[in-house]
Amino acid sequence: MTGWGTQDLTVRYGKKTALAKVTLQAQAGQVTAVVGGDGAGKTTLLRCLAGTLAPTTGTVRKPAKQRIGYLPSSSGIYPDLTVLENLDFRATSYKLPRQAARARAEEYLDRAGLADAKNRLAGQLSGGMRQKLAVIAAMLHQPDLLVLDEPTTGVDPVSRSGLWWLIARAAADGCAVVLATTYLDEAERCATVLVLDAGTALAAGPSDEIVAAMPGVLCRVADKPAGEAARRAWRRGGRWRVWLERPPDTPGAELVTPDLQDAVTVAAIAREITMTEEVAA
Amino acid sequence: MSPLAEASNVTKTFGGFTAVKDVNLRVEPGEIVGLLGANGAGKTTLIKMLLGLTRATSGSVALFGQPPSRQTRSRLGYVPQGLGLYDDLTTAENMAFTAKVFNEAKNVPLPEEIARYAGDLIGSMSLGAQRRVAFAQALSHQPDLLILDEPTSGVDPLGRARLWETIADAADAGAGVLVTTHYMEEAGECGRLVIMADGVVVAAGTASDIIGSSQATVVEADSWAAAFSRCEAAGLAVALAGRGLRVPGVDPAKVRLALGDLPGARVRQVPATLEERFFELVDAGG
Repeated sequence: MTGWGTQDLTVRYGKKTALAKVTLQAQAGQVTAVVGGDGAGKTTLLRCLAGTLAPTTGTVRKPAKQRIGYLPSSSGIYPDLTVLENLDFRATSYKLPRQAARARAEEYLDRAGLADAKNRLAGQLSGGMRQKLAVIAAMLHQPDLLVLDEPTTGVDPVSRSGLWWLIARAAADGCAVVLATTYLDEAERCATVLVLDAGTALAAGPSDEIVAAMPGVLCRVADKPAGEAARRAWRRGGRWRVWLERPPDTPGAELVTPDLQDAVTVAAIAREITMTEEVAA
Repeated sequence: MSPLAEASNVTKTFGGFTAVKDVNLRVEPGEIVGLLGANGAGKTTLIKMLLGLTRATSGSVALFGQPPSRQTRSRLGYVPQGLGLYDDLTTAENMAFTAKVFNEAKNVPLPEEIARYAGDLIGSMSLGAQRRVAFAQALSHQPDLLILDEPTSGVDPLGRARLWETIADAADAGAGVLVTTHYMEEAGECGRLVIMADGVVVAAGTASDIIGSSQATVVEADSWAAAFSRCEAAGLAVALAGRGLRVPGVDPAKVRLALGDLPGARVRQVPATLEERFFELVDAGG
């Protein structure tokens, strides 16, 4: 196996299982997304990759500590230092050549739209600007593995596009980037996706393969289906999608081509149905 | 019949800074209006004026045909970004508190989707569950107008679809909904969108009205990283898209030129996404 990642990673906090047998592969020069809602286990997985949490069982393949860049969910930026001071401090901690590090910092700041904020205190930046600074700080030493915990959550679209430029740049320079997100449109931008739900993998692979592997078919209907079918239906784009095991015989039924959001929703519904059946049995 | 909410030529200044400039917005019964914009675009200031928390410097704001007041407040449901729940009260206690504030009947059973959390402290619940409670709370007095600030932030895809179901049910029952989001995919759930940049409305209409004929160029190559570097060197605003790239607002011939003799390079033109169009509008307005 090439690249970095985890194999059958399990993490328990006391009796609670935060992650159960999760396998993730992160290739150099690619961005891998870990998607899931609050409590899915994204942070636990990323902490193991970054080396700040030890697995209960399973293995983690990661580079040496100084070759990892890590943005924890709380950004790790010093609020009472300026933007440039934060980056200089980071450069010194990693013993980077001073001039080269400064030149890289200036380029990243410029491309991420922070050039005018260089001398502002980090504590006075908006949420989006602070996240961009935190990502620059995490990638400044050109790590082999860059681990970003929800870099874009709560960030406005303009700052988000700056963050995505930084992420693409790190990967284009050969870094393996792993990022957590709650947004599926961001996951679709990545080469591979791991969908987590309650500590287990719902789906993994390139997003087109996840979509192709979706069981059954999707129908578009105008109204919410009644009864048992309601749990297999969800609202999207002002109408309803229903997940069926096979194409319906009803004439005029409108089949839709699923995308990643549909496939992930179906996986979550399938799990919900299995869990209720287990409880009932 | 007057709209549920209406801002007419509203301007708000703070000292020398104009946060909202000459904005018009209305929300009719039964419709979901999405308010999009970058930070600092003026969305929050506009919402605060609609809620009656701050007054317009000029222009007028009306809720249910009258200026915002305590009376209009009682017909309004609001879910702020921070949810506005009491962490150290249970779900049932939070709901009882709201019922009291709005003079609603006591001991009404909790809505089905939150009944299982009745005795749980809000602070001990997952964010998704807290959001459901905040929604139920905002809807408990059957408001005519719902104002939602980033309602699905941090929620998984199925949970997000279920929250939108709740929002749409309220609209189908005749409520008007004004919702802000940073998540363009959700804009598809709104009947109408209003995009703000630097205090002004830069576009309004359905998502397809707003996208119009905007185009993007999709790039595929043996090495996306090499393609990225060449587009960068040519000064093109390029974005990662799966195993390829997208260059919004630039025609394929120009991208082709930037790629030069790059092995395996292919370009094709596709309709722009709402997010790509949004950047065009914000750049032009900003």
